[in-house]
Amino acid sequence: MKRKQKKKTRVIPGFGLSLGVTVTILSLVVVIPLCSLVVFTSQLSFSDFLSTVTSSRVMSSYWVSFSTALVASLINAGMGLMIAWVLVRYDFPGKRIMDGMIEIPFALPTAVAGISLTHLTTTNGWVGSLFDKIGIQIAYTRIGITVALVFIGIPFVVRSVQPVLEKIDPQYEEAAGMMGATRCYTFFRVILPEILPALIAGFTMAFARCLGEYGSVVFIAGNTPYKTEITPLLIMAQLQEYDYASATSIALVMLIAAFLILFINAVLQSRTSKIVSGIE
Amino acid sequence: MKQKQSGPLKWVLIGGSAFFLFVMLILPLIYVLSTAFREGIQVYIESVTDEYAVKAILLTIRATVSAVVINTLFGVFAAWCITRFQFRGKKIISTLIDLPLTVSPIIAGLIYVLTFGRQSALYPYLQKLGISIIYAVPGIVLATIFVTFPFISREIIPVLTAAGTDEEEAAALMGANGWTIFWRVTFPHIKWVLLYGVVLCTARAMGEFGAVSVLSGHLRGKTNTMPLYIELLYQGYDYTGAFAISSILVVMAIVILILRSVLEYLGKKDREA
Repeated sequence: MKRKQKKKTRVIPGFGLSLGVTVTILSLVVVIPLCSLVVFTSQLSFSDFLSTVTSSRVMSSYWVSFSTALVASLINAGMGLMIAWVLVRYDFPGKRIMDGMIEIPFALPTAVAGISLTHLTTTNGWVGSLFDKIGIQIAYTRIGITVALVFIGIPFVVRSVQPVLEKIDPQYEEAAGMMGATRCYTFFRVILPEILPALIAGFTMAFARCLGEYGSVVFIAGNTPYKTEITPLLIMAQLQEYDYASATSIALVMLIAAFLILFINAVLQSRTSKIVSGIE
Repeated sequence: MKQKQSGPLKWVLIGGSAFFLFVMLILPLIYVLSTAFREGIQVYIESVTDEYAVKAILLTIRATVSAVVINTLFGVFAAWCITRFQFRGKKIISTLIDLPLTVSPIIAGLIYVLTFGRQSALYPYLQKLGISIIYAVPGIVLATIFVTFPFISREIIPVLTAAGTDEEEAAALMGANGWTIFWRVTFPHIKWVLLYGVVLCTARAMGEFGAVSVLSGHLRGKTNTMPLYIELLYQGYDYTGAFAISSILVVMAIVILILRSVLEYLGKKDREA
């Protein structure tokens, strides 16, 4: 059967050419540079690697990056779910504009977002001055980093939940309603399980993106060592001192973290889809 | 699908979403535009026609066009290869294509520094040939290509998968050559998503900051793209200048969003027809 399939598909010409072009460009742009990372890593001594990635300044940068990315992604999960719900379930004037707005963080260069958010949230900025009155400073603190990361992450959850929400059959809700479930109960027991995989996927994508974000954060963070210094900034600092060994070591830790997040997401996806579909 | 739910909850949710999006997304745009023109139109024009500003704009255009051309070429061939044939290593290829999305831009810059920089095995050869990549324009172009690498192929692949291979097979059996099949059968399916991918790729390419920042070396007038030039002005406390250049990018972003929705609409209409 499989062989037959293979033979059948090769009716279409251009296999050699398309594979050749794909592999060539892929090698030049992605594979060779990645190999050089591996080669360079293999030349590092393990004790140097360990002392670099566990030094106190680097350790506190992990915490800054991780905690702000986590808080920002949680905020985005909540707000993103609400926005997706509003966009799918309700009709109101300006809906199409709201829908188109969601992609602003993709289209607006991160540096522009960074300087603009910084100026808005400094103690004499439009928004920052309001918060300053109640004693909260946003720019140049971790709150500021979180604000920048919320900006970056908005589209991820909305765009991953929206299509799933659109596909949910309203009959389920009607049935639940007829059997006497409250709206709140219906939401948590009928709708939420359906959209949970999409919500988790959006959350992890936003989280992974936030961990690596650089452009918007450098301006708003203030970059005080131990307090508001994110890990990508540390890599940048090492690179500017031509300390490639340290930069690569820290980068490896970040890469491993990113792959772990994607892996956990994949595991959660397969588990939740099993629960939803009921097939073990 | 749309429920007739009235009552306060609906308006609370709509109001909450609108307020959140206004503060997080619209206010920054308004701020950029208002600050750019704060000191009058004259200062604005001076800022954006400054010699270094023009050079930064030209470099950004160059990097963006290169990224779009290479990634379109790659995207079409890769999508054809992945969706039209069964072969070993297909999974690996598609994983590698998506890899740049998961890599932090700083790390993207770093791997090019390691490949072409002074400690690389390639460095002596490059120097003999007189090619400089790091801290020069080719590095910036490469970094831009890397961060936008999967954008076009990712848009085309799902559409070609959904379209199936029957039409191409029929055309091939009737004796059409590969070129004819592509232009007459496949291309009509993908023209809107291809353009859509180009728009997304442009958006990301013109705004890339982290990866380009690593590879640029920040030579004013030589290796500064628009976002890097904005950083330079900002750090020199020339806020009006920084926001003036930013305003160009804001307008570009709005144009891109409008194009995006138009293309999405056209694509949907095409599929339904």
